[in-house]
Amino acid sequence: MDPVNLAEVTGSVAAIGYGLAAIGPGIGIGIVVGKAIEGIARQPEMTGVLRTNMFLGIAFTEALALIGVGLGFVWQG
Amino acid sequence: MTGITVLASEGDTWSPPSLAEFFPPAILFEGTPFEMNRINLIGLFMTGLLSLFFVLAFRNPRLVPRGIQNVGEVAVDFVRTFIVDEILGVQGRKYTAYLTTLFFMILAFNITGIIPALNMPVTAKIGYPVFLAITSYVVFNWAGIKAQGLGGYLKSNLFIPGVPKVMYLLLTPIEALSTFVLRPVTLSLRLMVNMLAGHLMLVLFYSAAWYFVFFPNSVLQPLLGIGVYGAGLAFTLFEMLIVVIQAYIFTLLTAVYISGATAEHH
Repeated sequence: MDPVNLAEVTGSVAAIGYGLAAIGPGIGIGIVVGKAIEGIARQPEMTGVLRTNMFLGIAFTEALALIGVGLGFVWQG
Repeated sequence: MTGITVLASEGDTWSPPSLAEFFPPAILFEGTPFEMNRINLIGLFMTGLLSLFFVLAFRNPRLVPRGIQNVGEVAVDFVRTFIVDEILGVQGRKYTAYLTTLFFMILAFNITGIIPALNMPVTAKIGYPVFLAITSYVVFNWAGIKAQGLGGYLKSNLFIPGVPKVMYLLLTPIEALSTFVLRPVTLSLRLMVNMLAGHLMLVLFYSAAWYFVFFPNSVLQPLLGIGVYGAGLAFTLFEMLIVVIQAYIFTLLTAVYISGATAEHH
C-alpha cells in the first residue's frame, strides 16, 4: 500500500533549518545589545566596559547561528 | 568574481553559489603537497603587504613620528587601548605584540573578501583560522601555566571554588571541555563561518543581479537586477563592518582567555 502524503516539503530543507537556527541567536543578540544600550544610557561613563562586554556577548550568542550556517552546508538536501 | 565566471560559462541557467567557490583550481605546484590556488596566493600577498607596512612604519622609529609611522602608531595604539588595556590591564602589555599581530593578520585576511579583483576572504578556508586559533591556544595556556604553575592553572580552571565537592563530578568535565576543547574550536569556526557566509551572500547578490540584467525573462527583471545590485553594494558595506568586528572579536576573546588564565579565580 502506498503511504499517503498529506503534506510535503520540497526545496531546500537546509534553508528552513537555518531559519529555525537564526531565531534563538536573533532574540539573544537583541537582548544583549538592548541591555548594553540601556546600560550606556544610564551610565555613559561605563561605555567602554559595556561595549567590550557587549561584543563578547554577541560573539558567544552568534556562534549558534553560525553553526546553523555550517550545518546547512554539511547536510544539503 | 569566480561565481560570475562560472555563470558565464553555463549560459543562461543560474545556479546559486556553492562551496565549490572555496576550492578554486590549483595554479602553482600542481600535484605536490605545496599546491597553491589563488586563495593561498592572496594569503601570501596580504602577509607580504602587512609585513611591508609594519617594517616601513617602524624601520627607524622617531620620538616625533612622521609619515607612515603615524599610521603604524595609530594601528598599534588601537589594539593597546581598546583590547589590551581594557581586558588585561597595564601588566598585560607584554601581550600587545602578539595581539596586534593577530588583529592585523585577521583584518588583512578578511578584508580581501571585499577588495575588487581579489574577492575572497582568505579566512574562509578553515586552515587559516585553525592555525591562528592554535597559536592563541598555546599563548593563553602558556600564560596561565607561567602565572600559576601547571597544578595551580589546572586547579583554578577545572575546580570552580565555592561549590559542593560532589558537584565537581559534573562540573569538572564540562569545564575541561569548554576550556581546552571548545575554546579553540569556536574561535576558529566563528571566524571561518562568518567569512564564508559573507562571501556567499555577496556572490549571491552580484551573480543574481548579473543574471537578471543580462538574461531577463521579462521586462521588469533588469530593474529587479539593478535593485539586487544595490542590495549587494549595501551588503558590501555591511561586510566591511563584519570584517573589522570579526578581527576585533577574535583578538578580544584571545585577550579574555589570557586574562582568565592568568587570574587566580575566574
